[in-house]
Amino acid sequence: MNRYDVAIVGAGHNGLVCASYLARAGRRVLVLEAGQAPGGLAAGREFHPGFRASVAHTVSHFSAKVVRQLDLRKHGFGHSSPNLKTIGLDRDGNHVVLDGDVLSSTAAADAEAFAGYRERMTRFANALQPFWLKTAPAIGSAGLAGSMRGVPPRAPRLKAPSMTFAHMGYRLRRLGKREMREFLRVATLPARDLMDECFQSDVVKATLSWDGLVGSRLAPRSPNGAVLAMLYRMGEASGGAHAVPAGGIDSLVGSLCAAARAAGADIRCGAAVRRILIGERHADGARNGSHPASDGLAVQGVELDSGERIEADCVVSSADPQRTFLDLVGVPFLDIGFTNRIRRLRCQGLVAKLHLALDGVPEFDGLESPDGRMIIAPGLDAMEFAFDAAKYGECPENPVMEMVVPSLHDPSLAPAGQQVLSAHVMYVPYRRKRGWSDTARHAARERAIDTIAQYAPRIRDQIVACEFLTPADIERECHVTGGHWHHTEFAIDQMLMMRPTYQAAQYRTPIPGLYLCGAGCHPGGDLTGAPGHNAAREILQ
Amino acid sequence: MSVSSSPALDAIVIGAGHNGLTNAAYLAKAGLKVVVLEKNDYIGGAAVSRELHEGFTYSNCSYMCSMMRQAIHRDLNLSRHGLILVPYLGTVNSGDGDERLISYHDETAAYLELKRHSPHDADAMHRFQADLTRYSQLIRKTLLRTPPDPARLRPRDISELLFLAKQFWSMGEAQIYEYIRFFTMSAAEFLDDYFENDLIKAAMATPGIIGTALGVCSPGSAYVLLHHVMGDVDGNIGAWGLARGGMGAISNALAGAVREHGGEIRTQAGVRQVLVKNRRATGVVLDNGDQLSARIVVSNLDAKRTFTRIMDASDLPDGIREKADNFKIRGSSGKVNIALSALPKFTGVPDNPYVNRGGQAFSGSMETLERAYDCWKRGRWSDDPFVESVIPSAWDPTVAPPGQHWMSNFIQYCPPQLADGPWTAEKRDQFGQTVVNKIERYSPGFKDLILHMEVRTPHEIEQEIGLTEGNIFQGELTLDQLFFNRPFPGYGQYRMPVRNLYMCGSSTHPGGGVSATCGANAAREILLDLRRPNSVPEDDFFDE
Repeated sequence: MNRYDVAIVGAGHNGLVCASYLARAGRRVLVLEAGQAPGGLAAGREFHPGFRASVAHTVSHFSAKVVRQLDLRKHGFGHSSPNLKTIGLDRDGNHVVLDGDVLSSTAAADAEAFAGYRERMTRFANALQPFWLKTAPAIGSAGLAGSMRGVPPRAPRLKAPSMTFAHMGYRLRRLGKREMREFLRVATLPARDLMDECFQSDVVKATLSWDGLVGSRLAPRSPNGAVLAMLYRMGEASGGAHAVPAGGIDSLVGSLCAAARAAGADIRCGAAVRRILIGERHADGARNGSHPASDGLAVQGVELDSGERIEADCVVSSADPQRTFLDLVGVPFLDIGFTNRIRRLRCQGLVAKLHLALDGVPEFDGLESPDGRMIIAPGLDAMEFAFDAAKYGECPENPVMEMVVPSLHDPSLAPAGQQVLSAHVMYVPYRRKRGWSDTARHAARERAIDTIAQYAPRIRDQIVACEFLTPADIERECHVTGGHWHHTEFAIDQMLMMRPTYQAAQYRTPIPGLYLCGAGCHPGGDLTGAPGHNAAREILQ
Repeated sequence: MSVSSSPALDAIVIGAGHNGLTNAAYLAKAGLKVVVLEKNDYIGGAAVSRELHEGFTYSNCSYMCSMMRQAIHRDLNLSRHGLILVPYLGTVNSGDGDERLISYHDETAAYLELKRHSPHDADAMHRFQADLTRYSQLIRKTLLRTPPDPARLRPRDISELLFLAKQFWSMGEAQIYEYIRFFTMSAAEFLDDYFENDLIKAAMATPGIIGTALGVCSPGSAYVLLHHVMGDVDGNIGAWGLARGGMGAISNALAGAVREHGGEIRTQAGVRQVLVKNRRATGVVLDNGDQLSARIVVSNLDAKRTFTRIMDASDLPDGIREKADNFKIRGSSGKVNIALSALPKFTGVPDNPYVNRGGQAFSGSMETLERAYDCWKRGRWSDDPFVESVIPSAWDPTVAPPGQHWMSNFIQYCPPQLADGPWTAEKRDQFGQTVVNKIERYSPGFKDLILHMEVRTPHEIEQEIGLTEGNIFQGELTLDQLFFNRPFPGYGQYRMPVRNLYMCGSSTHPGGGVSATCGANAAREILLDLRRPNSVPEDDFFDE
């Protein structure tokens, strides 16, 4: 039986980031990955001989701090492509092009309005930016609430949350009276209302809403989540612009693995964890000083599918919360209320993945080169109506999607002269009303290709091979419940100190020694490295 | 044309809806000389009783009373002015097919009825009710208070924020989190926390969509649900009541209070414009050209109407017109009032006077409710809309001739604009027919009982009582328009961007419903500005 200080479940990017930090702090770390390759949703897959793609196809707000601290550049994280232009495709060829701070559109008024909109959103995003890399404050009885009741709180727990709250209040107040008020109004606005207030063109509105909605169970009319998602994605220096790193997403995963290994961590692929071993806590077992003695349980290690057991003082799960608690820990070790809250997390993804192997560069009408991030969403209604179908477990007649041709930026993804087109197709339900069959998957795939063909008429002739992953397929292939990008819905009621749920929102869990470090923790999903970074800090405390 | 010489009046209140009347009553009670101006020849706004068919008194807009603050009811002596509230005895919810869910006041009967559908849900109902009660207790404490301005932070704002924080923290850790969740989630998700049976969920979800342009699956609809169930007609949270003589009895009682304290109410006195001089409101011009001046002007109209219809853009500071244009006030409800020759019988409902005295909610399933919302988004009405029917004459003999009945039907959703062109009389009648057909499905022979029918789409509601788009709340109840954001950030304390101009309608905190709180809160702020002693009572709570 092997012994480690820390066993990390899952070699997704957050698990790897966490592993690097812990190994650098001198912990003996083992990362266990169920798949044959590391990377999770960012793992490269050869979907057709010579053609590679991954579920995550661009990087937009990966933490610059993590890149710096883990020396990812030195470990092969290539200089990225120039920031991709975001292109809102228009049936008549009047495409909307979003390039940094400039929006080009045939609707001149929109281009003008964009400057003010962008400036304001940037200001809001900057105000929130520091908090994505902080631990969300707990507002428990041991913290502020206790102090307000006059109960002297234990110093370390009071300090952190009240400081974070005060800091947040200060950052917002520093926006100025008017802007703070505007923030408090705009923060919960549906994307549609925000767009209607600022812009006129349908394609502009839909294109700019995209980053607030993609990956979530939200439509343009849904309040309470979209704007925060937009601001989250604008948080890094890139301002939300997407890029394909040199060497593709693989280079990011590769550099994370290299960094972790260089720091001394072991990574084992094809080593699925069957369960997290939990035993009685020994009298001298208060290894994690920060944890109050609670239910007498403590983590002992993990057991693999092969039956092999690995002993560890500390287990960190980068798997999603439902998989972690319901499958790997098991309900007998959890309080019923906690279990119920984990069960109720909304974890059903709505994004399917389409990979096309093409024999040449796809030609989009009115577009010089498909080297940007192209969005097919003719308007907010089109998005809303696509979502409506998914609500009832049906595939939308007219899906909306985001496409990139990553092989234009990273030629290694396809054989010479050939290309890969990678698309996030929304809104495809995880649970289809009549179940996912090959026929259903085929029909959904054809609808998606037909939709692309409306903008790139020759596309069908160029297709060499294709792959379509429904959220259910992504669940199976990438070991993520519901195939959900964020592991669990990124919405206000599942954010900050409620992500994934209270009592597990500061990366610690009710079980001493068990931590979370995946997208199901604050701040959330996408390739950011933030949850892994934050979790490592809490573990080392 | 007559021009009255300067400030003979202290205050002009525009609109004799229930909040305008409440506001005027408190201003008059504090000794101010007040006049309420109403464009229609009847008062009450959406809380009216009208004889539109001989012998039948329709509460043709608002039809139920639950949110009316008891403190105001007592303080203004509304009972002495003729207001009698009778308790409403609950609803029969109908599913898409033959399933029925009957609500009983008797605990055992209610439990057994739920258990018939789902033993799990019968047990969960206790938890659900307890949680809802707890959530509403905190909100209720804010109803008769002025929201703080978190950006300004004067001593008063700080003390108000501290009051809220104290209430908030006192709930304890778990409840705080649950509360935040509750505020932002959808009614469907909220109910999934408790129930498994679809009919029970649909029955419980309907308050979450009434009057709002959200669906049961839209984040934010859980709060709307609470907004409807936080009333306490008889001291029991969630209890609903009917005003004897129709909802107009509430307005009439409030008018009685206005007059008792020396206030004046003028009908057929529509306001064309608010007069502004040197950035101060000085009076109004009536539709007939008359001018009235007063020290202050209070608008009971919704925020959109106030700033885009009766104010000149040049009188407003920069940005206010845009805020008013962006104010979300979406019509989503319709109303069909029907005179019946007899009490209708509903299939699958025991023929028992206790049950039949309740209302009928044709809620269907969660999917039916959500699909009705999808239709609204597409600018049409659903063939299978949610209909909430109440037969007030079953309790209140004064509203229909003996043996005959009037039936109020509230319909969610009905779009303010149709995708295929403007509302016409023909389309309105088609909408009415859709509703009748739906009721007929559950009550064969219903059509034969109809003596008279009044169909009101958002178009009619806007035309008659001046609610923009026919929105019954004077503005959507979403977080961006609630509390200190209502109606606009920075103007959540009833004072408007022009000095001496106030708002007192449901566009202000705490929002829609016949609660009288907006009017009372505005009066308190006005009296503070005019350095008059406060005449508005503090709220009292039964839970403490």
